[in-house]
Amino acid sequence: MIQTVKPSTKKRKIKGDSVWGYTFIAVALLVFAMFTAYPVVSAFIISFQEYKPLGSTWVGLENYKDTFASELFWKSIKNTVIYTILTVPFALFISFAVAIMIIPFKKWLQTTFKAVYYLPAVASGVALSVVWLWIYDPMKSGIFNKVIGLFGIENQNWLGSSATAMLSLVIMSWLSSHGTSIIIYLAALLGIDNSYYEAAELDGANFFHKLWYIVIPFLKPTTLFLLVTGIIGSFQVFQNAYLMTGGGPDHATTMVGLLIFNNAFTYFEFGQASAQSLILAVIIAVISLIQFKFLGNDVEY
Amino acid sequence: MGLYNNYLKHKWLMLLRNGGIAFILIAFALATIFPIYFMIISSFGDPVEAGAMSYELFPKKISFDSYKFFFDYSKYSYTWLLNSLIMASAITVSNVLFASLAGYAFSKIQFKGRNFLFFMLLCAMMIPYQVTQVPLYILIVNIFNLQNTYTALIAPSLVTVYNIFLSKQFMTSIPNEILESAKMEGCNQFQIYWKIIAPLSKTVMAVMAILTFMDTWNTFFWPFLVTNTMDMQTIQVGLKNFKFANTTYFAPMMAGATISALPMFILFFSLQKYFLEGVTVGAVKG
Repeated sequence: MIQTVKPSTKKRKIKGDSVWGYTFIAVALLVFAMFTAYPVVSAFIISFQEYKPLGSTWVGLENYKDTFASELFWKSIKNTVIYTILTVPFALFISFAVAIMIIPFKKWLQTTFKAVYYLPAVASGVALSVVWLWIYDPMKSGIFNKVIGLFGIENQNWLGSSATAMLSLVIMSWLSSHGTSIIIYLAALLGIDNSYYEAAELDGANFFHKLWYIVIPFLKPTTLFLLVTGIIGSFQVFQNAYLMTGGGPDHATTMVGLLIFNNAFTYFEFGQASAQSLILAVIIAVISLIQFKFLGNDVEY
Repeated sequence: MGLYNNYLKHKWLMLLRNGGIAFILIAFALATIFPIYFMIISSFGDPVEAGAMSYELFPKKISFDSYKFFFDYSKYSYTWLLNSLIMASAITVSNVLFASLAGYAFSKIQFKGRNFLFFMLLCAMMIPYQVTQVPLYILIVNIFNLQNTYTALIAPSLVTVYNIFLSKQFMTSIPNEILESAKMEGCNQFQIYWKIIAPLSKTVMAVMAILTFMDTWNTFFWPFLVTNTMDMQTIQVGLKNFKFANTTYFAPMMAGATISALPMFILFFSLQKYFLEGVTVGAVKG
């Protein structure tokens, strides 16, 4: 008797639950469908068109061909790669080193340092870019010129010359975007059980042995996570370039993200911009795959 | 015991080591907050056009004239702050509500297609926003004709995949036994969500709220794209416009930057714990 009743109530319960389930995700799904899924599909279609508000014309692969033939596109890819190489691994290294250095201190000091390092992430990108614009004042009285003057380097036209514009954006990124990774590294470091260090010490390991044989392998998943998200983020970055240099001088700081933005919203070449954004998506996907392949054998999320 | 050896031969060696480390950390911390310090200090200067600049690192006097200058630039400058507040609050509330509902459904309720749908959402996180930006703009501005409305500012971010992911991760760790006993007592799923899941998920909801609020407050490009009159702009867009209109007014520009950043600083220092926790919630598996 009991056995015959049980399955049927269970079935009904599950059925009732799935209605709740669909109800709970309804808004999320609707927003997702409208503002993410539809735009992605639409981007594909637009990339094969020359967009006009009243009736676009089908141009086939024209937009892609133009993109690959465009010197500026390749230059922007090159700039993006340079920016990424200079910022992401370096920022990871700094964050790792800082996290290691914070560890021996007391809890409240750790928190204070974390808060200070995280502070630039709280300020808006527009505010920071306004401030850095003045720090890079090309005059002799400019703050940054004074700083390098201490080392006997002549004052530079930081953002105004194509030799230093990229470097300026990179330095700005070094000093304002490490907070998150320091905190994440620190959390991972605190998660390593003391018994590992104790065992290593019994074997006569010194600080560097412990760093090399315990800490670095343990933090590998964290590093991979930060590396992947860092590179993905860096390939899309363009707000600082847009606000501070506008991509200039001589396109020295035009990154892919900015190129796409300009094509879309300065020249209203929606087709071209969509094609380029999809190429960017493919590049990002390939890079992430490669990283997982080579570094991520033992990483789980 | 630990990574560092705490039993050095001489006490002074350890002091020296920790002192050295502290020195490096403090130097780096100073370099990190210098731009923010510089921004706030300079905002107290006089609102005069900068000819040959001499930057003061320690202010001789404190004047609020530059703030007045910034607010006088446009009669809508207070509205910018209000717009930012409206946009950020609306997006925060809807994200906390709908992302936690969806997170609960994805972690605890069985329904057909659940895993597929969640996988789809995860894939969407990989797509760079440049891809969706153009069609989204066409959709909002050309098709729905919504430019210059709060709807245009708010709708696309009503609930983000990241927040769904965050709450799902957290809610997975809530033990099933509690939910089952609640079901035995005759709770329906909404009651379970409201009376059990939501109270248990307070932390993750707070983290979500704070990070969403901050991101929205600081966002620049979307409001920049969909607003074209001053009365609908947010503080970030207003600051950018001010910057382009007054390229040589140094102190007022710093005052504007301070105004745009200050609410977040206040929020950060009063809810520091949640901010710092929030960073790790999404990143460290668990």
